[in-house]
Amino acid sequence: MAQATAGKETGANLPFIYREYSPEQLRQALHKMYLIRRFEEGAEDSYTRGLIHGTMHLSIGQEASAMGICMPLTLDDQITSTHRGHGHCIAKGAEVAKMFAEFFGKTTGYCRGRGGSMHIADVTTGNLGANGIVGGGLPIAVGAALTAKRTKSERVVVSFFGDGANNEGAFHEALNMASIWKLPVIFVCENNGYGMSTSTARSTAVANIADRASAYAMPGVIVDGNNLSEVAEASHEAVKRARAGEGPTLIESKTYRHRGHSKSDRNRYRTKEEIEDWMTNRDPIMLYETQLQEFGVIDQAGIEGIREAVRQEIADAIEFAKTSPSPEIANLERYVYTEPL
Amino acid sequence: MDQPVRELSYAQAIQEAMAIAMEQDERVFLMGEDIGVYGGAFQVTGDLVERFGADRVIDTPISELGGAGVAVGAAVTGLRPIFEFQFSDFATLAMEQIVNQAAKMRYMLGGAVSVPVVMRFPAGSGTGAAAQHSQSLEAWLGHVPGLKVIQPATPHDAKGMLLAAVADPDPVMIFEHKLLYKMKGPVPEGYYTVPIGKAEIRRQGRDLTIVATSIMVHKALDAAETLEAEGIDVEVVDLRTIRPMDTQTVIDSVKKTSRLLCVYEGVKTLGVGAEVSAAIAESDAFDFLDAPIVRLGGAETPIPYNPELEKATVPQVPDIIKAARDLVSGRR
Repeated sequence: MAQATAGKETGANLPFIYREYSPEQLRQALHKMYLIRRFEEGAEDSYTRGLIHGTMHLSIGQEASAMGICMPLTLDDQITSTHRGHGHCIAKGAEVAKMFAEFFGKTTGYCRGRGGSMHIADVTTGNLGANGIVGGGLPIAVGAALTAKRTKSERVVVSFFGDGANNEGAFHEALNMASIWKLPVIFVCENNGYGMSTSTARSTAVANIADRASAYAMPGVIVDGNNLSEVAEASHEAVKRARAGEGPTLIESKTYRHRGHSKSDRNRYRTKEEIEDWMTNRDPIMLYETQLQEFGVIDQAGIEGIREAVRQEIADAIEFAKTSPSPEIANLERYVYTEPL
Repeated sequence: MDQPVRELSYAQAIQEAMAIAMEQDERVFLMGEDIGVYGGAFQVTGDLVERFGADRVIDTPISELGGAGVAVGAAVTGLRPIFEFQFSDFATLAMEQIVNQAAKMRYMLGGAVSVPVVMRFPAGSGTGAAAQHSQSLEAWLGHVPGLKVIQPATPHDAKGMLLAAVADPDPVMIFEHKLLYKMKGPVPEGYYTVPIGKAEIRRQGRDLTIVATSIMVHKALDAAETLEAEGIDVEVVDLRTIRPMDTQTVIDSVKKTSRLLCVYEGVKTLGVGAEVSAAIAESDAFDFLDAPIVRLGGAETPIPYNPELEKATVPQVPDIIKAARDLVSGRR
């Protein structure tokens, strides 16, 4: 698929994704990153307007991480996601209309209004669900990988989690079991520097989360999580390894969330300068867009086209959510059990 | 049931059920600590590893939380795991996966998935293992919508309910009293199921209903023998399932006998007996009561080591006899 050679670098000097993916696929990746960004901005706006209740955790600034990890995955591959999981859901292939419908608590939502932002899932595209419990998805991903191995499928499973989860027991138990059983699972730590307000420097005894990999005899890879190509390359390698039956990989994707932890965040633990620096100098979408132009994959008009298409998609999705029906109170107990008691 | 019947121990009955489940369905597999060559802490899995191999009888590391989560993940993606906790007390290490994940996943995802996982919990006191290896925590899990919680009392039910649990699309938690493992009873050969959510009347009677769970069913039946000689005719209801609870059978029984005694090993306060009592208090059976409801449950203490203290912690046959006499004679 090495077709994007129009830029100033060629062949082996090109960043990974330009060697691996077609220009059309690269433009689609930009489209999806915009879709994630605008989806979350739309969700934030809807929350401010009182259309969405509860809380939400935005991944604005982490789009390259979600997208890059999901680029080598097939529809059959599976993921477990986190409370900051909107990006993973979209990157894996979910429709934003059904996601908005879920956030609006409607029956047309992915979880029929029972899950909301924190439990967003789309099993049809392989997303087994976001999770409200830090570290909750890690052992579940290992179980899904056990299924993949036992049924001799080609499937791999990615478990996304944050830096906060690396200090949960579930993280350690999951990595250990995945390693001893050589399961096709990829552990992706999106290290955005803070578990709520507590920095990794204050919470974690090792300098890098990836350093933990050596304790479980698996490769630990650190990538710039705001560089789409770097993330995709690491994911590609890990997927190859997993499909070959060689076992799990731990990828640490170093990134940053532009917004606070959740809607209650007063931002007392980060400086304005730090946030400003990440937003202006290391925005993953901006970086990718610039690179795409440098390599001649897209021009300004193409970028405008994507932005406009995404704007329309988001507007339509919100409209779909607004006009969808709410669940009947009489159906409150539906879905507790598979067969009604 | 026309299958040949033999005497098997409760542990053998469970083992046979697991073997049948694995023979019938490639998706079924066992996970747990030391369930392979060791055979399980109570020899329930025994030699199954020799028949089915180490990749279907999987020894896990000592990782209850992670192991439970692996079982949940495998169940959600199409397998049928049976996960053995070495002791039910260790459920405390895995409550996150049981309560937040297994029980809620189907609901949180709006019905997009089912979680057909079976978890087995060797429970109860009487083995001298003291406070951290003797608890009866079924009421903890019975409080969680999304789970089914069963307590088979006989070898027959242990086999049939385990097979029902494996066939069930939702998470089923099985509490097995350790003192029952060696108890023998008639068990049909081959496949059969005993429904989850149905109580069983073990003994018909007119004067008093005893609702008991697990090993207390046998203590209640023993007590009933003695009481019969005294002219007290006891009905014993084996609850079998605590979620979803078959309150109708209890209500019907109490309407007949007008007296209710609940006997269970878990700590008395906020336990299974509280729920059974409330079910009667809230039903039309309340009008039939001739005496206050009485509960005999576990003492409000951790399980002690000393054997005499340990015995005193949970209801024994003489306690049941005394409570029954008091109830029927109007001393309560």
